[in-house]
Amino acid sequence: MSTKTRAPALKPVEFGRWIWRQLTSMRIALMLLFLLAVAAIPGSVLPQSDIDPVAVSAFRARNPELSEWYDRLGMFDVYSAPWFAAIYLALMVSLVGCILPRTWQHWKAMRSEPPRAPRRLSRMPAYRQVEVDATPDEVLALARAELRSRRFKLAADRGDGAVSAEAGRLRETGNVLFHLCLVVVLLAVAGGGLFGYRANVLIPEGSGFTNQVIQFDSLSAGPMFDQSDLPPFSLDLESFEMDFIESGPQQGTADHYEATVRFVPEPGAEPRTETIRVNEPLEVDGSLIHIINPGYAPAFTVRDADGTILAEGPVAFLPQDDNFTSTGVVKVQVPPEDGDDLGIEAVFYPTAVLDEKGPRSVFPAPRNPAVFLTAYHGDLGLDDGRPESVFRLDLERMQQFEGENGEPYRKALSVGDTAELPNGSYITFDGYVTWANFQISRNSGKEIALVGAVVAVLGLMGSLYLRRRRVWVRAAVGEQGRTVVEVAGLHRAENSAGDQLTDEVGAVTDGLMLRLNGSEQDRES
Amino acid sequence: MDLDAVAEWSRLVVSAAVIVYLTAWLAFCAEAGTLSRARRTAAAAQEHERELVTAGSHGAGAGATSVSDDAVEPGHAHPSGEVEQQAERMGRIGRVVLIAATVVLAIGVSMRGLGTERMPWGNMYEFSITGALVASVVFLGLARTAAGRAVAVWAVLLVFITLGAAVTVLYVPPGPLQPALESYWLVIHVGMAVVAFGLFTVSAVISALQIVAERSAKRGAVHGFGASLPPERTLDRLAYRLTAVGFPIWTFGPLILGAVWAEVSWGRFWGWDPKEVWALITWLAYAAYLHARATAGWKGSKASVVALIAYATVLFSYFGVNIFFNGLHSYGGL
Ligand code: HEM
Repeated sequence: MSTKTRAPALKPVEFGRWIWRQLTSMRIALMLLFLLAVAAIPGSVLPQSDIDPVAVSAFRARNPELSEWYDRLGMFDVYSAPWFAAIYLALMVSLVGCILPRTWQHWKAMRSEPPRAPRRLSRMPAYRQVEVDATPDEVLALARAELRSRRFKLAADRGDGAVSAEAGRLRETGNVLFHLCLVVVLLAVAGGGLFGYRANVLIPEGSGFTNQVIQFDSLSAGPMFDQSDLPPFSLDLESFEMDFIESGPQQGTADHYEATVRFVPEPGAEPRTETIRVNEPLEVDGSLIHIINPGYAPAFTVRDADGTILAEGPVAFLPQDDNFTSTGVVKVQVPPEDGDDLGIEAVFYPTAVLDEKGPRSVFPAPRNPAVFLTAYHGDLGLDDGRPESVFRLDLERMQQFEGENGEPYRKALSVGDTAELPNGSYITFDGYVTWANFQISRNSGKEIALVGAVVAVLGLMGSLYLRRRRVWVRAAVGEQGRTVVEVAGLHRAENSAGDQLTDEVGAVTDGLMLRLNGSEQDRES
Repeated sequence: MDLDAVAEWSRLVVSAAVIVYLTAWLAFCAEAGTLSRARRTAAAAQEHERELVTAGSHGAGAGATSVSDDAVEPGHAHPSGEVEQQAERMGRIGRVVLIAATVVLAIGVSMRGLGTERMPWGNMYEFSITGALVASVVFLGLARTAAGRAVAVWAVLLVFITLGAAVTVLYVPPGPLQPALESYWLVIHVGMAVVAFGLFTVSAVISALQIVAERSAKRGAVHGFGASLPPERTLDRLAYRLTAVGFPIWTFGPLILGAVWAEVSWGRFWGWDPKEVWALITWLAYAAYLHARATAGWKGSKASVVALIAYATVLFSYFGVNIFFNGLHSYGGL
């Protein structure tokens, strides 16, 4: 056990003050910076549910027990987890607590005069001494002119035979500006999150949508988002073109996506034609319309045995690989009195190749489009009100058709081909169109954040590159009757090299000598 | 002319540069080796002389007193003139060869740019060769100072390794970019990342040497590797200055312009994807380094350790993120 007497217990106020002093110390700032950096790592390693929910579900399926723990720790939502927020809030508090007092001090310092010359200038880190014939007053006047031309701030004449000057005060201004702007950026981003929104909607070529919440496939919005903020436009996708690199080592890489849309800014307005490309979103009233990802929508016609059309039109399929092998389903609801619902599961290959490795697509553009399909009958469950995916069949109450040999029913179709299903219906592969997934988003506060960030960098550069230093010039009549001129410098910044200051003091001295020579052709001893 | 061929030949030119860098490296090694041998001999002579002085034989050291009379820093004994000249010659050769290597590399990088008709930083291979070029130019600027020359051996070795890896493992045949990358933002955004990368690299080498120099000074070593380095304060300041140039560039290019580009390209300026997260981590780590230097107890090698950690995050931001987080499906075994 320690033999020291225990410190008397701190009163709450003192304790509060102690906490505050700790929190606003540089050491804690340093630790919090590191802590935040480390805390950001897991979010880059583990899948995050607001970025890639599919990957999160896959991870959960693979590691059910681990995932439970991760859930408790918020590992799938690191950047909105309380512990993450705690760290950056502590950093912000520390920053404000550290910078506000400094701002105040700096404000006072900016308005104060450079201090008096110390008595022994020769003790300063940079020092020069010369003797001249001019009188001390002449020397001091010229020294003022010299220092002023070097953009030093001068103290008023104190009549003490010396000039005090200071330069580089903007360094601290830059430092304060930088830190304050960090807060501005953070507030702008956080505030923007309250008002912003992001919506997705998938549109096949030839279709369109109006910008309303019910038409979106998905929407994420801040708590202050108001539906009536949505710009009331509507948009028809007239064509969507995808180009791919035809040959060479990057064959098959997407080269160009371009959507041509008929755009109506508000109901009743004149439609106009617009083009949206990757990196070239369409801007409407502060909202941006982006192409997020593309795909193919094969078109089918399903007829019953009598030739009555049960379903027709393009159906969006989801790309599964770089060659746009795409999967999707066609759901055909049939009135109960006419028989079972039909469900068709199909794979679309833009450039189909069938060999011993099985069917696959070898190029993303439709050079040899084909679909491979199988079919189910039963109850699709469309009426029971449960949410269902448009890309997948709920197979709970469906049975797969069987082919002639008792195997599951399968068919391969090229454009224009028709297959007969075992129950006598027909399905025709009519062709395909492309689709694009559009994102409509508004990032509120982005202008403020940008301006804040740019000002922060400017402040940072001031803080890093300016050197705050003081220079004094003293002139007095020496023992031999000549005037002894002393020039000395002191820097405040730890990081500047001493020789820079020595150079500067030398330059001030030389400049002063030049001026003296110019005015009187004095001899230097 | 066939542009693809120009871009392909660029690989040969870059490979040639690798060999020239190797030559420069060997010359710098020879310089360092000669100097260190000379220093050891001189230190031994000094030691010997001191023994003689303590033994009371005043006359003996008269011829060689320049050694002890000079204001020699502890641990920096003067090597003899002839050997020094020899080392100086090797150093000069090294610098000339280094200039040649940089020129050859610059040609190789430009050919890649011309051949692909865009700025040569569209993939890891191009980023690496351009980054190595930047580091090499920064280093040529430093090579005029004594401290700069002392880090020559290590900086050139690093450039050599980076380029070697680039032309072998990282090599990608020339080709256009994905649509998302075709933007003038790419030029500025990635361009600034490359420049900061080069600066941080040289700075990290110097920080590492600072640690060695400080340790050896603490031990009071007179010869050996640590003693042959410039004073640790000089190294410390040099590393800081390079970081001070690199840090605003990193803030502006990767972070701010990255966010601007992301907003144009994806409609959100910050989405916590691994690349963004790591650019932020790097930024925080360097902010920690700058703060460390401003805090009294963290001067010298402690700050250098922070700088090295920060540099590790730079490497990870680039190589790690591209290699480990390439697809959204690569989270597998974790
Ligand atoms: C997001 C958090 C922060 C970042 C990114 C950041 C960044 C920086 C940078 C880059 C510098 C270097 C400028 C220079 O050397 O003059 C600096 C300096 C400084 N920072 Fe911070 N900082 C942060 C938080 C804080 C906090 C919380 C405090 C207070 C505890 C603080 C106090 C200071 C001070 C006093 C300086 C000036 C050091 C000097 O006199 O040279 N900073 N900061």
